[in-house]
Amino acid sequence: MKELLNDLDRWQRQGKAIAVARVVDLDGSGPRLPGAAMAVNEDGEVAGSVSGGCVEGAVVTEALEIIETGDRRTVTFGYSDDEAFAVGLTCGGTIHLFIEPLDW
Amino acid sequence: MTADSEIATPLFARLRDLIGAETPVALATVIEGPHLGAKLLVSTSISSTDPETLGSLGDVDLDRVVGRDMLGELAAGRTGIRRYGPQGQARSDEVSVFIESFAPPPQMLIFGAVDFTAALTNVAKFLGYRVTVCDARPMFATKKRFPRADVVAVDWPNRLLEEVGDQLGERDAVAVLTHDAKFDIPAITSALATNVGYIGVMGSRRTHDDRTKRLIDAGLTNDELARLRSPIGIDLGGRTPEETAISIVAEIIALRTGRDVPALTNTHGAIHRT
Repeated sequence: MKELLNDLDRWQRQGKAIAVARVVDLDGSGPRLPGAAMAVNEDGEVAGSVSGGCVEGAVVTEALEIIETGDRRTVTFGYSDDEAFAVGLTCGGTIHLFIEPLDW
Repeated sequence: MTADSEIATPLFARLRDLIGAETPVALATVIEGPHLGAKLLVSTSISSTDPETLGSLGDVDLDRVVGRDMLGELAAGRTGIRRYGPQGQARSDEVSVFIESFAPPPQMLIFGAVDFTAALTNVAKFLGYRVTVCDARPMFATKKRFPRADVVAVDWPNRLLEEVGDQLGERDAVAVLTHDAKFDIPAITSALATNVGYIGVMGSRRTHDDRTKRLIDAGLTNDELARLRSPIGIDLGGRTPEETAISIVAEIIALRTGRDVPALTNTHGAIHRT
């Protein structure tokens, strides 16, 4: 999250609603370790990344929904994941993301 | 940041400030169980003995147990999920807590203000190190020559290490790039007196052999000599300062991950082949 601080700060100053997605766990090989984070603001602007670019598009969709509803949840992306999203990691691993609004 | 957003997101504001001040801080978030999203922040600083805590995971006993674990995770620089009972019970798993450690950046001390130093400074900054360049010659050790270094110290290596040596640990690195015996020897002996994880020393094979003799004369043991990566770097076959810098950081990464790469320390023959 360290590398997101400047963007988060700026968006907060602009009064934007923000959602933050963090890698909390991974099974098998994953490109980014737990703690990797990305943030999305209400305009769909993105900072950071949680994979090698494989799932970021789907995370933006999830994050915008979370900004809308105020929910927080764990979302899983993986090679064998056949629910929710037709995206996966090309490296064959599975990542678990916790996505929540920046309301804390 | 406006006062409004500070009030709206007090934990984030504190986290941002502590990370900015390079104070070690850990953030715990409930990612499964009651009080989903509840947070606890714990930070430690050299100036105070008691850790600072902010926020709550929704139960005072859970806070106490997780807060204690967070200090351990923070000291080890670990980030991951731990599971507890609703009041922090061990051997229960109703509550999943994601603990994220924000350790201050690792340090790299570079001794010798030479061409290779500028390139190594840039690569080390790219990898997130806090970089100090140290040379006893004021003409060479200037901020202008090393604009990306966090600190440029005009000093002798042994004096600088007396000051900052006890802050160095496993994640930190010392690179001795002078290849001048009167500077190298005190730099190496003082670096060996610290717990720094990596000590790399530049020089040709001949410089290395000559330096090893001097270090033995200075009273260093075989175990101490075995801590040195000399000649510094992996056998990448590069030539420029930039390529040499890559071979040095590649060696640091390989030592951390335990991968077997051809290091100049273990290979023989000319470093540069025509």
